[in-house]
Amino acid sequence: MPIAGPVEALLGVTLLGAFLVFLAPDEYAGKLATAVSLVPVAVSVWMYSVFDGAGNALLGGTLAFESDLGWVSLGRYDLAWQVGLDGISMPLLLLATVLTTLALVSSWTPIDERESQFYGLMLLMEASLIGVFTALDFFLWLVFWEAVLIPMYFLIGVWGGPRRKYAAIKFFVYTNVATLVMFVGFMALVFGLGDSISTFGMAEIAQALREGGNLSTLAGLAPADLRLVAFTLMFAGFAVKVPVFPVHTWLPDAHVEAPTPVSVMLAGVLLKMGTYALLRFNFTMLRETAEANAGIIVAFGVLSVIYGAMLALAQQDLKRIVAYSSISSMGYVILGLVAFTPHGFGGATFQMIAHGLISGLMFMTVGVIYNETHTRMVGDISGIADRMPWAVGIFVAAAFGYMGLPFMAGFAAEYLIFQGAFASTVIPAAPLVTAVGMFGIVVVAGYLLWAMQRTLFGEYSLATDYDVSRAPVHDVAPLVVLLALVIVLGVRPGLVYRMIQDAVNPLLHGGVVLW
Amino acid sequence: MVVDIAGYRVADWVAMTPALVLGLTAMVLFIVDSIEPRPGSSSNAVLAGISTVGALGAFLLAGTFLVLGVGQPRGTGAVDLFNGQLVVDGMSLFFVVIVGSVTALVMLASYDYLDGESYQAEYYGLVIMAATGMAVMSSANSLATVFVALELSSLPSYALVAFVKENRGSVEAGLKYFLVGALSSSVLVYGISLVYAASGSLQLNAVAEALSGSVELVGVLGIGIIMVLLGVAFKTASVPFHFWAPEAYEGAPAPVSAFLSSASKAAGFVVAFRVFLTAFPEVGGLGGGEPVVDWVTAVTVLAVVTMTVGNFAAANQEKVKRMLAYSSVGHAGYVLIGLAALNTPDRGLVLGASMMHLLVYGFMNTGAFLFIALTDYWGVGRTFQDFNGLSEQAPLACAAMTVFLFSLAGLPIGGGFISKLYLLLGTVNAGAWLLAASLIVNSALSLFYYSRVVKAMWIEDSAGEFEIDSYPSSLYAAVVIAAFVTFALLPAFGLLSPSAFDAASVLFG
Repeated sequence: MPIAGPVEALLGVTLLGAFLVFLAPDEYAGKLATAVSLVPVAVSVWMYSVFDGAGNALLGGTLAFESDLGWVSLGRYDLAWQVGLDGISMPLLLLATVLTTLALVSSWTPIDERESQFYGLMLLMEASLIGVFTALDFFLWLVFWEAVLIPMYFLIGVWGGPRRKYAAIKFFVYTNVATLVMFVGFMALVFGLGDSISTFGMAEIAQALREGGNLSTLAGLAPADLRLVAFTLMFAGFAVKVPVFPVHTWLPDAHVEAPTPVSVMLAGVLLKMGTYALLRFNFTMLRETAEANAGIIVAFGVLSVIYGAMLALAQQDLKRIVAYSSISSMGYVILGLVAFTPHGFGGATFQMIAHGLISGLMFMTVGVIYNETHTRMVGDISGIADRMPWAVGIFVAAAFGYMGLPFMAGFAAEYLIFQGAFASTVIPAAPLVTAVGMFGIVVVAGYLLWAMQRTLFGEYSLATDYDVSRAPVHDVAPLVVLLALVIVLGVRPGLVYRMIQDAVNPLLHGGVVLW
Repeated sequence: MVVDIAGYRVADWVAMTPALVLGLTAMVLFIVDSIEPRPGSSSNAVLAGISTVGALGAFLLAGTFLVLGVGQPRGTGAVDLFNGQLVVDGMSLFFVVIVGSVTALVMLASYDYLDGESYQAEYYGLVIMAATGMAVMSSANSLATVFVALELSSLPSYALVAFVKENRGSVEAGLKYFLVGALSSSVLVYGISLVYAASGSLQLNAVAEALSGSVELVGVLGIGIIMVLLGVAFKTASVPFHFWAPEAYEGAPAPVSAFLSSASKAAGFVVAFRVFLTAFPEVGGLGGGEPVVDWVTAVTVLAVVTMTVGNFAAANQEKVKRMLAYSSVGHAGYVLIGLAALNTPDRGLVLGASMMHLLVYGFMNTGAFLFIALTDYWGVGRTFQDFNGLSEQAPLACAAMTVFLFSLAGLPIGGGFISKLYLLLGTVNAGAWLLAASLIVNSALSLFYYSRVVKAMWIEDSAGEFEIDSYPSSLYAAVVIAAFVTFALLPAFGLLSPSAFDAASVLFG
């Protein structure tokens, strides 16, 4: 087996690049970081083009770009450097690398102090994200999962808005506690499996749990109770990251205070870590428990959809609107996951990609408008359409993408989720619940149309003393690329949906691929 | 008696060479000082050099022995000396590694810190003698040697805390440390006498044997065991004898604080592990029967209270050094989990995690206190606000401090991540939900106050026109080395962890 596969190369280049950027002078840091980040993009696109994985990574599928080396021996457990990709993680890896590069380009205008530190941290975050979506050993995965927090803390804390210190520490502590809670839940499962498990390989544990029966009593908890307790702890931990109502309160603060490129990463990729983990752990490893409690889980999902949308409706700040609408969109992912149907799982995974692109696009567009106007409040701006035609045009397109306009990625994702949820046999009163969830789209359309009408069109006026002119090319270029990707995935969802479908099907058939 | 070391048959005392090297180094320091006794001459470099090399030598020897399997099952098994009064096994070597590495770092850093101070030779000599005592503590296998070794490490420590004689804070801290130390020593020695009364022996294995049948003087034994536990709590800075720690660490010169809070704590823990697991396993119910004296529950309570008291107090501090001092109490609580979460057949897992946590802690905590020594040297103030914007002037040192603090908080930037999660995992394995919950709450709280320092250094703007004019090379080197090792212990955690887990399992028989 080769010592360094493509995944190791990705991590190595990104980390080395981060190190170089830290040492680079401020004037060149942005360009250097962007150039460095093109390597992971190229490598991951190449990996996508030669992707030969099949099935689900945890359920005996064939992994692409796998490596498995011993790392640390700890008592009776061995930790391994085990990485690899399947049809779920491949698109998410692409999302992470592409969005990082675009976010880096979009930082050129707004970031004007301590630049080498900013860009270095952004690359460190990219490296951690690559690790999260490729690691298949629980401890290794956890290293990357927690490592994301460190650059994020600084990115919000140093370059954020007025309440950045509060937002940074809130994000930090909130998500750290969530991790520890989830860790206890997962470890309870591992110890419940007893001596049959000697590694923290996620695949080994998932298969042992799905075969069922060999879970023993731990600390007075019978196997069934142990499953429920572990499921609850893990769900609670991951729900913070997603975020699911009612543990979403860190998100608006973090989003509003974070500088725009960081918001892009936060909404575009970091939230997906939560749903990715839910899919990998709760819904893969503890399928029966998830099915048995589908009614409660779907309630959290639908509540997030409606509550997030309602909160968005009440906001004046464009960024806050997008932030709250993310809670709503991630609620759809929960709805899709808990349906336990092929399209439910597929749609939920596709929604992670689609929402990553569209919310990234929305945040970036708001950022470009802010760069020119220096305000984000709906009441302060109006009629800037003819002064920044490109940016405004893309804003409108992105907003329609958010509302689920056909031929855009959001439509495909939401359509699949609703189809999957309707057909669900585990959600009680599935059609009714799905219909309630769909109502969220109406609210989304409401606040986005309202916000666009107030800010973009009508008589020109601006409450701040800035002259609004066309945004620079390097501000608009990432928007165009993202919009293009949204449309491509809307027209041809099969580009990623095929591999997603291949990877999620085993979840439903006890590990056997049926078609 | 002969033992087998890497194929060579040598006398059994050779296994004790790491401790002997430390003792010899102390002697050499006195000889050098008697040749050139005037302070302020070039002797500082010589003295610092000798003591660093001596500590490093002990560290390397112990590390080599550990790798070669001396005293461990894969070698020829534990080496008994003086009829079992001392023992050299995986556990003792592991802790000499911790003590030796911390001492070497502290000695290296002290070169700059002591620049121009008087009584330099005495300082180095006292530190090395205390380190010798700690190395003997790791091997002590009888209640008598435990007490003697503990005093050997304590007495120099009292003098070291009060080393800055002109400073009221330092002297006051020394006095408090001494008074609490004297009290806890008397508690310990009284406890030992009660255990002797109940078992008729001081050697730990003999005590265990005497107590394995039916115990007659249960009350006497119980009080004795609890008093021994309290006596050890002083050395590890655990509740209820923890209150000297913030005073002593704050008043003492920062390198001494680093030494006491890392090495001395580790030595206290090795005594606790060995005494309780060698002498009192049956009594505590670890043999499977009903516990006669339920010290496991007592330790569980102490662990929860210690980590909670330490962390909540740390969160309320305004001075960075005092915050670190209280956080050191909190970490003592984490390590106590190794003696508390034992309700499982696989006890080596959690004890090994405790040992590894002490190892990583030896680097990250020493580093953090040495960073404080660095700021002392620069004359930066002591409060969180005084650290504002420090990263603009000293980015490398601040990056190192960030590594220490985040590793202490259990983030994956250093070995503290794995060791803390492994402690948490140990609590789950034993079904000790109370310990798990308090570890989570305290860990979250600690993230909050550790990041206050990080925030001050990197996020806040500097207030004054403070200027750093010199960069003390040896102090800087010590901080950077500690940061590097702390970080390297994340990917290279496995270098020492098999030794730790093996040594821990051996203790459970």
